[in-house]
Amino acid sequence: MTDTYPSLSLVPKTDIAITAKDFKSDQEVRWCPGCGDYSILSNVQAFLPELGLARENIVFISGIGCSSRFPYYMNTFGMHSIHGRAPAIATGLAVSRPDLSIWVITGDGDSLSIGGNHLIHALRRNVNLKILMFNNRIYGLTKGQYSPTSEQGKVTKSTPEGSLDYSFNPVSLALGAEATFVARTLDSDRKHMTEVLRQAAAHEGTALVEIYQNCNIFNDGAFDPLKDNETRDDVTMRLVHGEPIRFGADNSKGVTRTEDGHIKVVNVEDVGEAAIISHDAHAKDPGLAFALSRLSNPRTLENTPIGVFRDINRPSYDRLVREQISDVIERKGPGDLQSLLNGSDTWNVS
Amino acid sequence: MSKQVVSLNRVVIRFAGDSGDGMQMTGDRFTSETAGLGNDLSTLPDFPAEIRAPAGTIGGVSAFQLAFADHDITTPGDAPNVLVAMNPAALKANIRDLPRGADLIVNTDEFTKRNLEKVGYTSNPIEDGSLEPFNVHAVALTSQTVEALKSFAVSKKEAERAKNMYALGLLSWLYSRGAEGTRSFLNKKFAHKPEILAANLAAFEAGWSFGETTESFSVQYEVAPAALPTGLYRNITGNPALALGLIAAAQQAGLPLFLGSYPITPASDILHELAKNHRFGVMTFQAEDEIAGVGAAIGAAYGGALAVTTTSGPGVALKSEAIGLAVSLELPLIIVDVQRGGPSTGLPTKTEQSDLLQAMFGRNGESPVPVIAPQSPSDCFHAAIEAARIAVEYRTPVFLLSDGYIANGSEPWLVPDADTLPKIDPNFATGPNHTKADGTEEFWPYLRDPETLARPWAIPGTKGLEHRIGGLEKADGAGGISYDPDNHDTMVRLRQAKIDGIADTIPDLVVDDPTGDADILVLGWGSTYGPIGAACEITRRTGVNVAQAHLRYLNPFPRNLGDVLRSYRKVLVPEMNLGQLTMLLRAKYLVDVTSINQVRGMPFKSTELVAAITAAIETL
Repeated sequence: MTDTYPSLSLVPKTDIAITAKDFKSDQEVRWCPGCGDYSILSNVQAFLPELGLARENIVFISGIGCSSRFPYYMNTFGMHSIHGRAPAIATGLAVSRPDLSIWVITGDGDSLSIGGNHLIHALRRNVNLKILMFNNRIYGLTKGQYSPTSEQGKVTKSTPEGSLDYSFNPVSLALGAEATFVARTLDSDRKHMTEVLRQAAAHEGTALVEIYQNCNIFNDGAFDPLKDNETRDDVTMRLVHGEPIRFGADNSKGVTRTEDGHIKVVNVEDVGEAAIISHDAHAKDPGLAFALSRLSNPRTLENTPIGVFRDINRPSYDRLVREQISDVIERKGPGDLQSLLNGSDTWNVS
Repeated sequence: MSKQVVSLNRVVIRFAGDSGDGMQMTGDRFTSETAGLGNDLSTLPDFPAEIRAPAGTIGGVSAFQLAFADHDITTPGDAPNVLVAMNPAALKANIRDLPRGADLIVNTDEFTKRNLEKVGYTSNPIEDGSLEPFNVHAVALTSQTVEALKSFAVSKKEAERAKNMYALGLLSWLYSRGAEGTRSFLNKKFAHKPEILAANLAAFEAGWSFGETTESFSVQYEVAPAALPTGLYRNITGNPALALGLIAAAQQAGLPLFLGSYPITPASDILHELAKNHRFGVMTFQAEDEIAGVGAAIGAAYGGALAVTTTSGPGVALKSEAIGLAVSLELPLIIVDVQRGGPSTGLPTKTEQSDLLQAMFGRNGESPVPVIAPQSPSDCFHAAIEAARIAVEYRTPVFLLSDGYIANGSEPWLVPDADTLPKIDPNFATGPNHTKADGTEEFWPYLRDPETLARPWAIPGTKGLEHRIGGLEKADGAGGISYDPDNHDTMVRLRQAKIDGIADTIPDLVVDDPTGDADILVLGWGSTYGPIGAACEITRRTGVNVAQAHLRYLNPFPRNLGDVLRSYRKVLVPEMNLGQLTMLLRAKYLVDVTSINQVRGMPFKSTELVAAITAAIETL
């Protein structure tokens, strides 16, 4: 277990066998029937036993929004906090408690609008957090306003003539924020999500997992091109580290480098297999990952990569904090309160 | 040449110069030597918000005032006995505070036509007779320093920069201060710059010798040590004292200390001080913003740390929602607000007490938070420990309201014995606390201690205590989400009752009424303690009885406060705001207390409080 998940080496292991059922809390789940959140919840509950951790050492922290009700349904420690601040709260917990496996649950509004600042700083610091961002491209809990990932022109209650905001691409944003692990998966693809969660859990530092999640009430079908049997294979680019980037019905499409250094989607037979580039999630330079994140069409979802875009090694912030402290203690010895109070410049009144 | 030595009981010196003239360092050094001689002292740094305001302008003047005495003093003094003015701007900005007959040392080199014009002098005040009321010592500080350093391997500019050491040497001679501390300070500061070190040491000696030999100073002064309680002393400034209090509190509670903070004047020094103390396991997190600072602290508190966030008024405004979350989660958290002039950015480097109502009410919903305030620089230490005690024992955020005056001011401190500091018991939950109807045991995160009404502090990693909490209203006891109207009414009242109940563990308000028959009570809070104490003493010396009391606990108030207020014919409440405590007292006790207020960014002068007390007595 320890070898599979080096990022969790300080977290105590469970001494009893636990299953998905053990992670279900006694709270009644109150998302709308048909919401994509249900499948994410059950996927996470099914995956967690694999980590073999003591349940009491797992913490889910969320912000505000539909997705952020998630911790209530997990039989672990959990905090449903305030809008956008979950990464900040989780950072304080992670720095002071290396013995915990900490998961942040957030949505596109929570993490990219009101909490955008905390998200990018958690990513650059590389705090040992696993951030699951449920992206449904809409505000659900406030009943249907456009979100920072809604496509430009989106007609909603707050934008009857269409939204004017240009949208965020969460993967591009995370890569620009120096993230060490960035992935994307789908609420409905259990196998894929589990594999992405596995890699995220193994990663030391902040792992951002964008989960395309259907809001069947306010933005139904937003990700249908990636889900419908007829279109799915044609638009979905499944990234696998070390493998040529090929997709399409008969793997007929691929990604190649252009003469001017960009990348583009081509028909494999037009350029030959040798011209198709392989995915390298471990590349130090985020250039390829970023270029891949730009391939998809935000409106039609054509050429949408899913999988792990980037997964590199950089010591986590919380580990560095602990090492700095223990290093100081090793060099100078533990502090003595009385000498601290005395300071260096005293005099006696007798 | 030996000169006449005159003994004084109390001296107030103000060093004033350009922001780049090193006045704060000069003041600090003089303070340190003075502390070492056993005088009681009190300091007041006063500097602009700009790091380097345009040279030679009024806005760029940086000053440091110090009072020292052979007896117990509580303020840095109203008016200086000596003003050191390093340039025309410093003279112009400070001369109105100088009483007739006071000593005035001016650096004549800076009184050039251009510098005079810059601050609106049409003629040179040193020559035009306007300084006649004062005992003027016109000294060419810059050129005398350069002259003294001509054989040293430093540039003219570097030599000129040593003029503050020349001035310090002169003042050190004038008031019979030691030189050893300054020598060792310079040795340490310039250890890697031997030429600069030699120049500064020489400038200091030259200033000293100038005092001894010049005819401009005919007498030398001395101030005998004060009769302070025996023991080991150090000089301490409010912000570091507060930081030490937090470290001590964490140690006394057996908890790791976590600070989440964003830099802000005048609170940043607490962050700096704590960051120096990794040896104590202190974790300091410089966050991306004020909200993340408090957010991270809440996360650390959830994990079982003694969690703190430090800021000033504008930062509190940003943190408000998160503080409300801490109220709802009922987690221990210390919020340090080093108050400054407001509203908005206001006066970042000037003091004010105008965040009391923000601390009390600056959140949505019924959101009670205990508020306590230190009364002097060294008291910041003890107030921090008390804030931690209340936070931990009652599982609540606590406001600690310091201000710019005590944060940057200093005083001698009888160093406490670490072994005698109070212990704080985190009393973490360790197992189930409730039995279901079917006999199985479970954990209720909001089942309260019947005495304190505090909920259990159940930290992650404790087997069997897995639970979920959040900002949504919780069911009384079990802690699950509840939208039930009666439950909400109960929870709102319980949270209020918990905070009100803290009054059971705080001491009664002590009134200093020496004769026991005063008609007037002067009631203050926070940093006004020194000026109010001085004003009451001066008033009593005129034969008028006046009582003084000072509130450390602003929420909840001490149990006896209502009785105290009602037992005086008149209650005066001096505050550096427009009457915030006054409003709270009137609302709670229906007593018509009188507000005395000023918001000039500076502490009260004891003379203005004496005048207010005298006027109040006349209306009785």
